[in-house]
Amino acid sequence: MSVQNITLISFGYFEKDVLEQLAESVEREFRCSLNLREGHIDLSEFYDTSRRQYNGNNLLKHVDSLAFPESCKTLGLFNVDLFIPILTFIFGQAFLGGRSGIASVYRLNNTSYGLAMDDNLLLDRFKKEVIHELGHTFGLIHCNTTTCVMRSSTYVGDIDQKRMHLCHTCRIELGLQ
Amino acid sequence: MARKISILIVDDEESVRESLQSWFIEDGYRVASAENAKKALTILESDEFDIILADIKMPGMDGLEMLRRIKAHNNEAIVIVMTAFATVDTAVKALKDGAFDYITKPFDPDDLTHLIRNATKQISLVDENENLKKKLTSLENVEDIIGNSEAMKNVLRDVESVAQTNSSVIITGESGTGKELVAIAIHANSPRKFFPFVSVHCGALTESLLESELFGHEKGAFTGAMYNRKGRFEMADNGSIFLDEIATISAKMQVELLRVLESKTFIRVGGNKEISSDFRVICATNKDLKSMVEKGTFREDLFYRLNVVNIHIPPLRERKSDIPLLVDYFIKKYCTTMNKPPVTIDQNAMNRLQEFNFPGNIRELENMIERAIVVGDGKKITLKDLPLEKTIVSNTVESLDDFESAFILQILNKYSWNISRTAKALKVDRVTLYNKIKKYDLKPSDQQ
Ligand SMILES: Nc1ncnc2c1ncn2[C@@H]1O[C@H](COP(=O)(O)OP(=O)(O)OP(=O)(O)O)[C@@H](O)[C@H]1O
Ligand SMILES: [Mg+2]
Ligand SMILES: [Zn+2]
Ligand SMILES: [Zn+2]
Repeated sequence: MSVQNITLISFGYFEKDVLEQLAESVEREFRCSLNLREGHIDLSEFYDTSRRQYNGNNLLKHVDSLAFPESCKTLGLFNVDLFIPILTFIFGQAFLGGRSGIASVYRLNNTSYGLAMDDNLLLDRFKKEVIHELGHTFGLIHCNTTTCVMRSSTYVGDIDQKRMHLCHTCRIELGLQ
Repeated sequence: MARKISILIVDDEESVRESLQSWFIEDGYRVASAENAKKALTILESDEFDIILADIKMPGMDGLEMLRRIKAHNNEAIVIVMTAFATVDTAVKALKDGAFDYITKPFDPDDLTHLIRNATKQISLVDENENLKKKLTSLENVEDIIGNSEAMKNVLRDVESVAQTNSSVIITGESGTGKELVAIAIHANSPRKFFPFVSVHCGALTESLLESELFGHEKGAFTGAMYNRKGRFEMADNGSIFLDEIATISAKMQVELLRVLESKTFIRVGGNKEISSDFRVICATNKDLKSMVEKGTFREDLFYRLNVVNIHIPPLRERKSDIPLLVDYFIKKYCTTMNKPPVTIDQNAMNRLQEFNFPGNIRELENMIERAIVVGDGKKITLKDLPLEKTIVSNTVESLDDFESAFILQILNKYSWNISRTAKALKVDRVTLYNKIKKYDLKPSDQQ
């Protein structure tokens, strides 16, 4: 893979430390350079009052429209509950082989499932989700390797079962090996 | 799986077709879609699909009529109907007419995954029967289990023979020998490999946490729980569950576990619905369970249920011939992840590694190599990069706290008090490191 540049753009509040650690993991995984940006949008425009959630399709389109010239992939980071019309919620989504993706921490938080707050676990889950969606933008589809970050996870606990990394096969696919 | 499973989506709403189409493409299926029943039937005349996912309410011919026509033509076809909340009655009618299942819009992503997996299970069964005899049974997906020693080859042979069965397995071995890795290899080589591998670290959880971890809980069961929590047994449906440190579970949990293993059903904490799950059990322990049974601290009936097959992984000191291979492997692994050019290792250092006893087994070796790459000169690992003789335990160290404080100080000094790098080397987060620095009142030596 040639030198790539990824932009992570946060919408809503994230701790600086969280963003930096996230950036570092992504940089390592894809061996690319990385920009952190802050996005400013009126989220209420994306709020669906009947679902009481935020429309993931529209947010993805918005992120895609930003098209930073220096960057080949852009991923929007959110902390609100995302949905698409056919699904009750999504952790994130991306254009397969495209330029953009989105991911939210909202459903990754243990407290939503009646468990104690666990900052480290939350950050790990978020890193995996972000790397996973970026993997899709690089054209990767779901991988059956048991521990690969590109394995599909539709339940929050599934995310904990995979590692934070692309497996050997996926790395070869991306020319990282 | 040689052939891609194919799905035809039939729905009059474009956004539904588009969303589902990208969902299934990302999941590796071949997908087509049609906006009405008539078009779908035309497509089906010239192309075969394994699964047809059809909306019930469509203008023109509705989903039910389409279902009847498809079934009349091919009774084996797997048709799943999609319905809005209000039309569940119609969905039930569809089931009577031969639909495989129905799903209510909007879908819970996990329900969708399960539904499609259940359907594909039927398909791959048919195909597998045909392929079974031709299929070579050799290990796949074990690229990261390194080892060429007789001992390791035996382990891999055991993995291979047990993977194809549904038997419970206990993996024994000292800490850091690779028990979890072997558990993953068993799963990845079993017919269950396309379904989840779910691990539970029994030792890390209190009894009540473990219960909710294993069985899940209903959303009302705890304050603040907005969503149901699926237990590990439920997540492992059709796959494998890995119970790590099985020797640590309480007497009560032993009883509960035995019951679940016998019935394969359970109830979520705070719930009343019986949930069933088809999972394979793999356990690991570094304790001698047999003697625990003799002492009465581990139930005999549970032991026999779990211990159908035992795979023992010998400690690294008993298979030292694996050390050079492992060293090369870890060098490559960490140079790659740290994005550094590959380094080599000095023969002298390698010899000393082969003499070392590795009480922490492969994990200890791995950590040593990772560290050596961080501290080394970036070209060659030499003896001075390996903590083989240096001891951090000095005379002033008596308690565990003293030890921790001395150790952290040593690493801090090594990285010139760079907090990020030190935290990374210690594999803790920066907040934890700051708290330790505060707790032990650690200071750089020039400020003391
Ligand atoms: N044969 C091997 N080849 C390559 N890496 C290995 C091998 N065995 C173990 N490892 C690595 O060593 C580390 C420890 O392995 P693992 O966690 O499977 O050990 P364990 O037996 O489960 O230890 P514990 O009892 O402490 O949980 C992991 O990082 C694993 O990847
Ligand atoms: Mg282990
Ligand atoms: Zn995905
Ligand atoms: Zn992969």
